[in-house]
Amino acid sequence: MKVLSHETLPLRQPEDVVLVRNKVRNWMQEEGYRLIAQTRLATAVSELARNALDYGGGGVARLEKVQNGSREGIRVVIEDRGPGIADVEQAMRDGYTTGSGMGLGLGGARRLVDEFEIWSQPGQGTRVTIVQWR
Amino acid sequence: MTSEQANPIAQVLREHPQDLLEQWIQVQMDAPWVRLDLIGEAEIRAQSAELIELLGAACQSGNVSDIQADEWGRVRDFLRELSRSRATLGFSPTETAQFVLSFKMPLINMLRQASPSLDMQVWQTMWQASVLVDDLALYLLDVYMTSREQVIKRQQMELMELSTPVVQVWEGILVLPIIGTLDTARTQVVMENLLQAIVETASDIAIIDITGVPMVDTSVAQHLIKTVTAARLMGARCIVSGIRPQIAQTMVNLGVTFADITTRASLADALAYAFAQLNMRVTRNESS
Ligand SMILES: Nc1ncnc2c1ncn2[C@@H]1O[C@H](COP(=O)(O)OP(=O)(O)OP(=O)(O)O)[C@@H](O)[C@H]1O
Ligand SMILES: [Mg+2]
Repeated sequence: MKVLSHETLPLRQPEDVVLVRNKVRNWMQEEGYRLIAQTRLATAVSELARNALDYGGGGVARLEKVQNGSREGIRVVIEDRGPGIADVEQAMRDGYTTGSGMGLGLGGARRLVDEFEIWSQPGQGTRVTIVQWR
Repeated sequence: MTSEQANPIAQVLREHPQDLLEQWIQVQMDAPWVRLDLIGEAEIRAQSAELIELLGAACQSGNVSDIQADEWGRVRDFLRELSRSRATLGFSPTETAQFVLSFKMPLINMLRQASPSLDMQVWQTMWQASVLVDDLALYLLDVYMTSREQVIKRQQMELMELSTPVVQVWEGILVLPIIGTLDTARTQVVMENLLQAIVETASDIAIIDITGVPMVDTSVAQHLIKTVTAARLMGARCIVSGIRPQIAQTMVNLGVTFADITTRASLADALAYAFAQLNMRVTRNESS
């Protein structure tokens, strides 16, 4: 997969979550992605960014315009160096939360995007990579 | 300032760029303010090397005091770009300023080595004074930024109040158009305004219109549900309107449901429903 351009944004406060998902939206708007694709990816980014902020103590979001053969897409990597997730499978399950949320963020994000990959290591942090193809 | 006689600063920059770079990297890596969580050593090194080179070129002109002059244009461009990129990465203003300030130590060290006759005692005192003034300036910058942020926060709060009006559209019917995002702070304001309006107008029905909400994630959904629940406790019935198709679709994917909350596609539908609930009917005049 070729990265055509990228941008890294911090996730330190709630306003940053809005900034990042708006940026994703703007990118996709400019590139002429369909509204539904924009909304899906932006919503997934919103979930993951908020997790990084709420549970990971903040992190960064890396936005990339990517190309795979003739296919174009947007990839977003959301990373934090927080406590990590001991049992990823359990965390992905709908309804599971250790906070006051609905426990739908991770599972929902996975259903919203074309590609979803999660890496987490207790004590090291969490990194979620998602891709939406055009 | 004479440009014929090489300025010592220009000379040091020209003759020892590598030594300067190594010392500078050392200083930055050891500093308590280094942000290796935001930027790698390789990038710090590349940026430092570039600035040394640009400084050298600018100083060769003979002008080592007026950085607003044309010869310093490229240095200014570089710093502008650096500041922009560090700000987006999450560096604080003082951490950003430290990058440049930390060059003073290697630069002055080099200058000192170039003039061995300099009195050590005098040199040390001057160094101390210089660092002291820098620290004061950085502290000032820090508190200045903090108070600026407070002003912005306050303005945001005021804007939030302005942007969450509760409108009584008919006797017994309130409409709450929400535009933008619904975060925790905003929900608090929305909820207070709504509850107060319900009491003041003795309304039975509150329509929360989210046509202006660009997306609904689990957090927004939760805040909406909270608002509806609070309104119910005050005895009002709630309708959520303006859920656009793409939002309805993402909500289904997320697994979020407004279960027992009445929803309508548009504000007009919600109004019609509200009138029906209150046993009212809107009819067309028969005259024409
Ligand atoms: N970046 C992270 N670092 C550490 N733990 C995390 C991270 N992301 C998720 N988790 C853990 O996984 C759980 C499930 O996350 P998920 O996003 O699915 O639900 P939630 O955030 O609790 O609620 P919701 O997203 O519905 O508001 C969280 O409660 C938390 O314990
Ligand atoms: Mg979540």
